[in-house]
Amino acid sequence: MTTLHLQNIVKRYKSQTVLDDLSLDVANGERLVLFGPSGAGKTVLLRLVAGVIEPDEGRVLIGGEDMTDVDAEHRGVGMAFQNFALFPHMSAFDNIASPLTATRSSKDAITAGVQKVAKLLKIDHVLSHHPKALSNGQKQRTALARALVGSPPLLLLDDPLRNVDAKLRFEMRLELPRLLAAQGATVVYVTQDYKEAMALGDRIAVMSQGRIRQIGTPQQIYNAPADIEIARLFGDPTINLLDVVPQKSGDGVFVELSNVRVRLSDYDGDVSGKSCVLGLRPEAIVFVDASAPGAIPVTVEAETPLNEKTVTLAMTARGREILVSRPAGTPGPTAGPAHIAVNGAQAFLFDKASGRLLPRADMESKRNGEAA
Amino acid sequence: MDTMSPIERALRAVALTLVVVFFMFPIFWIFLMSFQTNETILSIPPSIVFSPTLSNYAALITGKLQTAAGTLDIAFMRNLGNSIFLSVTSVAVALVLGVPAAYAFARHKFKGSEDIAFTLLSFRFAPPLLVLLPLTQYFQWLGLSNTYFGLIWVYQLICLPLILWIVRGYFEDISADVEYAYRIAGHSWFATFRKIALPLAGPGIAAAGLLAFIFAWNNFVFALVLASADKQPVTVGALAFITSSGIQYGQIASAIVLSVTPTLALALYAQRYLVEGLSLGAVKG
Repeated sequence: MTTLHLQNIVKRYKSQTVLDDLSLDVANGERLVLFGPSGAGKTVLLRLVAGVIEPDEGRVLIGGEDMTDVDAEHRGVGMAFQNFALFPHMSAFDNIASPLTATRSSKDAITAGVQKVAKLLKIDHVLSHHPKALSNGQKQRTALARALVGSPPLLLLDDPLRNVDAKLRFEMRLELPRLLAAQGATVVYVTQDYKEAMALGDRIAVMSQGRIRQIGTPQQIYNAPADIEIARLFGDPTINLLDVVPQKSGDGVFVELSNVRVRLSDYDGDVSGKSCVLGLRPEAIVFVDASAPGAIPVTVEAETPLNEKTVTLAMTARGREILVSRPAGTPGPTAGPAHIAVNGAQAFLFDKASGRLLPRADMESKRNGEAA
Repeated sequence: MDTMSPIERALRAVALTLVVVFFMFPIFWIFLMSFQTNETILSIPPSIVFSPTLSNYAALITGKLQTAAGTLDIAFMRNLGNSIFLSVTSVAVALVLGVPAAYAFARHKFKGSEDIAFTLLSFRFAPPLLVLLPLTQYFQWLGLSNTYFGLIWVYQLICLPLILWIVRGYFEDISADVEYAYRIAGHSWFATFRKIALPLAGPGIAAAGLLAFIFAWNNFVFALVLASADKQPVTVGALAFITSSGIQYGQIASAIVLSVTPTLALALYAQRYLVEGLSLGAVKG
């Protein structure tokens, strides 16, 4: 069953089209992450679902009911805003209680409901404070509590971790999935942070310029980004992109990097001779000895130790920059000449003209062919 | 500030004193005059040393003015009452009409909304005398001249644009997300207006109301032309002190002191709201 169904949504502001014929389905209990750069239309889409913005064209169905012309207060959704949007003249308690007062619940029911969600979010000790007296993290939890308290079947979260510091964001990224799962609600979550998207989403919808470019599980998007832009947005450090022209040989397709052939086992002859962009994740490249097969000579330019991995910037003989990532603590060159090897099975090929991912050879039929 | 040399500090003090004296002296002088008789006021050279008298205030409050030509009836207390009634009612009406209108202009951009808002403001550009002549005729036809109703209506020309434009700014300063959040929580737009927009714009509404009150209180020309003696406010009533036997400076001074007191008291009381109103930006996300 689908909880949310968006059908051919168009939204324009003056001459600018913010949402361009967008359709989307979110299944019951699913956590869908809307991911994309700022200005992609994520927030507008979320507000459209909440009912505070009206679409120019298209329909919004929530729980199977057409809600396109229904006012926000009758849609029964919960929403947390990026800037928290707390009511500055009310205490945290009254802020959280606001969805309950709207339904004219009894005083005891309101108190019990607020206490429960406040305890869950660990803000029960600051309920009497006004937003001004709350820390950023407490504000953010209050805003979340307000969205959760009415147990809405559809929960809209607009980048709720954007305005909190790194430590809190990390904590909440761990805590949120558990919280949301306990809630059992269908969630649409907006973020610009790919790690958040990967951590929280059952599925991710990548948005750009008012359209959904790709929708799929985090693994699908990471392992088969639909185009160069998506590949660039997902992954840290950023994917290496190199202009290549694949060629065909007896045992398959290969590209030449610094005159060294790298076999692309996932592709077949269709791509040969085309102008392509090769996408190589930094973790698909390893440092090897000069004598290893397929070793490509490079010069190490710089090294950045991140917590769990070390990222090396290397320069190929032709002057192209390559990022190489390896687990922290493993040995590797720190300067001067070195050699790398590329795992061709993890490489992507994009069409240079359109930027789209080129279809890989059907793995199943290939495997079957090999068996025969 | 700490780096200021003593000379700079002294100069600054002198400059500030000069400014304060320049602006405060007339008020101070009026205050002194209100406790003097016409004779001491007009003596040359003037002197700060005099024996204070309450006769001016007594005359105003009893409504009996002793002049060389005999006893005159003056309606100052009635004028004061008129001023209070006209200003309070006008501001109340303007708030009831203007605040919802300001909200509409702030939150809904409908076709021609800017034009309507600007037209309302343009009432403040035109000199009152420009509209006064046709207005007098209309009012006579309609039977509105010399009625409180008519005066309060005309006072809307002063109060309504002021409140509309000031309060609109305060409504626009409230983050739309805060109102959206309340709507999404399940409250109607009217509840949102009452529970979110009104309290958050409260200081601004108070400030606008106070300003409108002062403008209404100080209005002279509308009341002069459109009302006769029994409906006139103090600003017009003070003309009664220019009598056939001379100008009653002492009474004028005490009348001014009495008529300034309500607005001054209100301004002092509302000061903290005004300051709060100016720092409203702090509620924005």
